[in-house]
Amino acid sequence: MSSDHYSLFSLLRESLRGHAGWKPAWRKASPQLAYDVIIVGGGGHGLATAYYLARRYGIQRVAVLEKGWIGGGNVGRNTTIVRSNYLLPGNTPFYECSMKLWEGLEQDINYNAMVSQRGVLNLFHNDAQRNAYIRRGNAMRLNGVDAELLNIEAVRNKVPFLNFDNARFPIQGGLLQRRGGTVRHDAVAWGYARAADRLGVDIIENCEVTGITIQNGIATGVETTRGKITAGKIGLACAGNSSLVAAMAGLRLPIESHVLQAFVTEGLKPFIDCVTTFGAGHFYISQSDKGGLVFGGDIDGYNSYAQRGNLPVVEDVIEGGMALMPRIGRVRLLRQWGGIMDMSMDGSPIIDHTSVGGLYLNAGWCYGGFKATPASGLCFAHLLARDEPHEVARDYRLDRFGRGAVIDEKGVGAQPNLH
Amino acid sequence: MRLTCPHCGARALEEFTYRGDATLRRPAEDAPHQAWVDYVYLRDDPAGYHSELWYHGVGCRAWLVVIRNTLTHQIKSVSSAVASPAPNKSDS
Ligand SMILES: Cc1cc2nc3c(=O)[nH]c(=O)nc-3n(C[C@H](O)[C@H](O)[C@H](O)COP(=O)(O)OP(=O)(O)OC[C@H]3O[C@@H](n4cnc5c(N)ncnc54)[C@H](O)[C@@H]3O)c2cc1C
Ligand SMILES: [Zn+2]
Repeated sequence: MSSDHYSLFSLLRESLRGHAGWKPAWRKASPQLAYDVIIVGGGGHGLATAYYLARRYGIQRVAVLEKGWIGGGNVGRNTTIVRSNYLLPGNTPFYECSMKLWEGLEQDINYNAMVSQRGVLNLFHNDAQRNAYIRRGNAMRLNGVDAELLNIEAVRNKVPFLNFDNARFPIQGGLLQRRGGTVRHDAVAWGYARAADRLGVDIIENCEVTGITIQNGIATGVETTRGKITAGKIGLACAGNSSLVAAMAGLRLPIESHVLQAFVTEGLKPFIDCVTTFGAGHFYISQSDKGGLVFGGDIDGYNSYAQRGNLPVVEDVIEGGMALMPRIGRVRLLRQWGGIMDMSMDGSPIIDHTSVGGLYLNAGWCYGGFKATPASGLCFAHLLARDEPHEVARDYRLDRFGRGAVIDEKGVGAQPNLH
Repeated sequence: MRLTCPHCGARALEEFTYRGDATLRRPAEDAPHQAWVDYVYLRDDPAGYHSELWYHGVGCRAWLVVIRNTLTHQIKSVSSAVASPAPNKSDS
């Protein structure tokens, strides 16, 4: 008998049997000729979509096609921060839906994703910023999301080692979302992959989609490096490759691809117990359970598919870190990498059907799509199954740009590298 | 990545500001709505060579057209946006 349900009991039993009974987390499936739904892209969003399609919408003939390996895209490259501290009406209910799904995720998919609600603290450094954060906090609370404004003493109590008296950017307080935190990113990919696999979803790795077959304006299948596959519906969840895959169906998207870098230091004893962000530059930091400091900042700012960035941003991120917490200057950096972001024109995502029949789009996640993974999967599954938007994603329409109904959290306009 | 400005020579990236696709052309005032939506919001976003605008704000303050490979960051050419604007894909 195999130990397929993860529990203390199965762990004990396997310990006694030399751990010989564990099954692979997902089968190495080969493509069949046809599916009801094909999801292109086996990142967090594609896998979550497949899981909810099978689990909540009863569609089982589903394949996820991944050109590389599960966890190799942004789902395994991000800085793992989850939060629902959004201001605009189109965003707040969606990200709060995601936060609630994170809260029940591990039981739902029977996988330890190390969901850690350690809090997310956004610091402010001047009066205008304080006002903006008060407004954001109020918007959150009106939507039933937790938010607390901390004064400088409360921030000092929580993270005493910050540079409070920075001559240019003294810390005046912060907005805290206690329910925010971090989630182990690759466990999210593996956990959704395993749970979807157990419901019969085929997860097909090393299978790159190279073309989309369109007949009379309707997408009927895909061409891949492992042959042609037909499908009733096709959902694109290709993150940083969205523009390229959409172009296979003749679509141009309101998206530019940009590179974002992340950094991890050597392991240290626990000292930062909440996610902390600098408000005077772009810098965010948390400490992983292994002890490494995980941090990042701005995107590099020019179109890129290279999955690696340049030194000016490395310098900028580290200057931000040094301004906020000078003690990290003594720590050695171990690893640094880049991932390609699908930066949308208003900084918000798209979950919608396209002008091609049977072809659906999930894209535009910018550098904040990890926190969205569960809700994105749920809403995309809802759209694919019911052909209508999920109520928390009803503003994420592709035609919103033409209608002037953009959702621009940062208020910088149609310049993707500034979102 | 460094850019070799035709006026100032090889300079660090921090001296420049990026302004995206250089092949876009502003539609006529009375062009149809969709032409404006395309211009403001839709992009080709190619993997490979990309003609793009960079502004040399900390140098000569010229607008430049850079042809750069988005897969490798290799720079093929840098020229003045005034003297040699990037061709629009629709004029040929
Ligand atoms: C450095 C960095 C830090 C980040 N930090 C955070 C953070 O702290 N919090 C947060 O919320 N978000 C963060 N993000 C953003 C987040 O990681 C992404 O928005 C999100 O992971 C994108 O969705 P995904 O997981 O489905 O993407 P991916 O994992 O990239 O999935 C897309 C998949 O599509 C596949 N694919 C592409 N083209 C094809 C094709 N033709 N055929 C088949 N498959 C194809 C790719 O191989 C890839 O696996 C960060 C991103 C990066 C790079
Ligand atoms: Zn110059």
